[in-house]
Amino acid sequence: MGTRREFVKSAMLPCLLAGGAGRWTQAAPLAGAEQQEEARFIVEAAFYEKQPYKKIRCKLCPRECVIDDRERGYCGVRENRGGVYYTLVHSRVCTAHVDPIEKKPFFHFLPGSQAFSIATAGCNVNCKMCQNWEISQARPEQVRATYLPPRQLAAAARENQCASIAYTYSEPVIYYEYMLDAAEAARAAGVKSAVVTGAYIHQDPLRKLCQRVDAVKVDLKAFSQKFYKEVVNGELKPVLDALVTLRKLGMWTEIVYLVVPTLNDSDQEFKALAAWIKSELGLDVPVHFTRFQPQYLLKNLPPTPLKTLERAKAVADAAGLHYVYVGNVPEHPAENTYCPKCRRAVVERAGFTIKALRLRKGKCQYCQQEIAGVWS
Amino acid sequence: MGRVFPNRRRFLGLVAGSLLTHSTGRNARASAPAAPAKSRVVIARDADLRGAGAALDSGRLLKLLDRSLQSYFATDSPPEAWKRLARPGEVVGLKVNCLAGRGISTSLPLVEAVCERLQQAGIPARNIVIWDRLNSDLESAGFRLATSPDRIRCLGNDALGYETELTAYGSAASLMARALTEVCDAVISLPVLKDHGIVGVTMALKNMFGAIHNPNKYHVAVGNPYVADVYMLPPIRQKVRLAICDATTAQYEGGPSYMPHWTWPYNGLIVARDPVALDHTGWRIIEKKRAEKGMKPLRAMQREPAYIATAADAAHRLGTNDPARIQVIEV
Repeated sequence: MGTRREFVKSAMLPCLLAGGAGRWTQAAPLAGAEQQEEARFIVEAAFYEKQPYKKIRCKLCPRECVIDDRERGYCGVRENRGGVYYTLVHSRVCTAHVDPIEKKPFFHFLPGSQAFSIATAGCNVNCKMCQNWEISQARPEQVRATYLPPRQLAAAARENQCASIAYTYSEPVIYYEYMLDAAEAARAAGVKSAVVTGAYIHQDPLRKLCQRVDAVKVDLKAFSQKFYKEVVNGELKPVLDALVTLRKLGMWTEIVYLVVPTLNDSDQEFKALAAWIKSELGLDVPVHFTRFQPQYLLKNLPPTPLKTLERAKAVADAAGLHYVYVGNVPEHPAENTYCPKCRRAVVERAGFTIKALRLRKGKCQYCQQEIAGVWS
Repeated sequence: MGRVFPNRRRFLGLVAGSLLTHSTGRNARASAPAAPAKSRVVIARDADLRGAGAALDSGRLLKLLDRSLQSYFATDSPPEAWKRLARPGEVVGLKVNCLAGRGISTSLPLVEAVCERLQQAGIPARNIVIWDRLNSDLESAGFRLATSPDRIRCLGNDALGYETELTAYGSAASLMARALTEVCDAVISLPVLKDHGIVGVTMALKNMFGAIHNPNKYHVAVGNPYVADVYMLPPIRQKVRLAICDATTAQYEGGPSYMPHWTWPYNGLIVARDPVALDHTGWRIIEKKRAEKGMKPLRAMQREPAYIATAADAAHRLGTNDPARIQVIEV
C-alpha cells in the first residue's frame, strides 16, 4: 500500500484531471483566455466582515485573519479584492481519486463503499507532519487544477459508483463555499458527503455545513494546546468545541489521532483525551490511533512504534470507549470492529478491504447489540 | 525542525576564533578585538524630485540614484559603484515590490534608472530580470511583462515557478522561487518605504517574502521570527547584494495597501547592504511621520516590528539595529 503522499502525487483520474497533482509548474503568463478561466474559480466568500479602509475580517475559522486589499488570508486561497472577500478555489480541484471509504478513514460509515475524494489547494493550519503539504501549503496558482463545478462533481461520483464524495487531503474548511455547494448538488443526486477535516472552524459555518453533509471525520492532532501552537499553528479549544457541536447536531463523527512519537504520545495525554471523549462525546465515537510516518517538517522523528499505538488503544479501551482502532498498521486485529457487548468481530478488515460484515440492520448478528454507525 | 547548518559567516567566525586560540599559546597575549564596523545607510533626498507635478522626474531620479550609490561605495563614477555589485556574466535580479499596485510600489523610473546603470556597468539587458511574486502584481504597478531572452525580462514567480524541495531555517520552511535559485546570480532588492498592517513595516527584510511560495503562513505573531527566519534561507542570504529602498513616496499607515491620504512625498532613496540597518532606519522615519500626524507609535498598535531585532540577534546576525552601530549618511 502506498503512502498517502504517493497517492496524492500519482492518483489522478485521467478523464478529469490532466497532469499530476501537486506538481509545481512553470506556467506561462496568463493570456486572456486563461484569465477568464481563472475567473471561474473566484466566488465571493462566505463568513466575513467588511472593515474600514477596504480591510476585511474573515469569520470562517478562529484565526479571523484581518486582510488588507490585495492580500490573502493565512490559508492562501481567500483574497481581499477592493474590500470584497473571495474564495479563489471554488470548483478548483487539484486532486481527485476514488478511494475506499475506509481510507479516510471512516469505519462506521457506509463500509465497503467508494468515496469520490477531492481537494483544492490550501489549509488554515500548517501541521509539521502534514502528508499533503505540497497542496495544503500551496497557493492555488501553484498547483495544477481542473474546473469541476458541483453538479459535474456529483455526476462524476455517480459515474464512478461512489456512494459519497469525500472532501479531504488538504483542509476542506478553506474550500468551504465549494464544499457547501457540492454537498447540495451531491444530495440532489443521491450521493452522500463526508468531510475529513481538522475542524478548525467557527461555529456558525460549522452548523451551516452540518445541514448538508452526512459524516465528519475529525483529525484531532493532540490533546494539548502546546502541540497545537508549536506543531500545528492552530488552537485546540475550537476543535473540541466543534466536536461537541457535531455530537449535539447528531452528525456521524469519527476521530483520528495521529500519534507522533515524543510529541503527543504520553499516557497522560491519552487518558485525558479518552476521559474527555467519554464525557463530552460519548462512548460510541470511533477513535483511530494512527501511525505517524516521517513527513514534511518532522522527518527527524521515527514512525510510531506499534507498542505506542497499542498503549493508546489500551488506555481508551480502559476508559470504556466502544470503538478504538489502530490505524496505518495493515492486518492488525485492532482494524476490526468488535461488538461492545459480546466482543465478537462484527466487521473484519484487511487494510481498506472489508473481509466480513456481520451486521443485520446495524446490529450485531450474534447478540443484536446496536453498533453505532451509518451502515447504509 | 532542523536548522540549516551554521551559515558561512558563523562558520568563518568559528574558524577565526579557533585560529586565534591556537595562535595565542601559553605565553602569547591576545590582541583586543577590533570594534565591529558600522553598517552604513545612505539616505539621498531631492526636494525637487517631482518637478512641478506629482510625477517623478526621471532625470533627477537618476541623479539621486547616482548620488546615493556613489556615496555608499565612495566612488566618483556611477558605473564604478555598480561594478561593485555585479560582474559581467552574472544575471542580476531586481526584486521589486508591486503588491499595492500603482501608488506605493517600486516605481518604474527607479527600475529604469537601475537598469540603465547596470548596463553601463557591463551587465547586458539579457542578464537583467525584474521579478516579483505575481505577473498580475507587476502589471498592476505599471510594469510590462517581458519574457524574451534577448531583453530585460520582467515576470513573476507564477511564470518562473518554484523549487520542489523545501529550504528551511528556524520557523521558515518554503519552496524558493526559481527566479532566485536558478535564474539570478545576484539580487538587488527594491522595496518601498511603508508600514504594514500586520507586521509593522515592510522594507528590505520583508521584501524577500516574494521569494518563497508560502508568505501567507508567516504573517502571524507580527511576523516574528518569520521575517528574520525567511531572510536566513541560504539563497536569499547569499544572493541579495544590496537594498535600494524606494522612498520617493512613503506611507505611514494603512499598508501594505495603497492609502493615498496616508502617504507623503519623502522624495528619497535609502541604500544599504545591511537589511536590518535599513529597516531600522526606515522604521524610525515612519514613526517620526506618525508622530507628526498625531498617530500612535506602532508599539501601541500591537504591531511593533520586533522581527527587526530578531534579525539582528546572535542567532541570525543579518545586520544591526543598534543605532550606535549604524552610520546614517544623508546626501
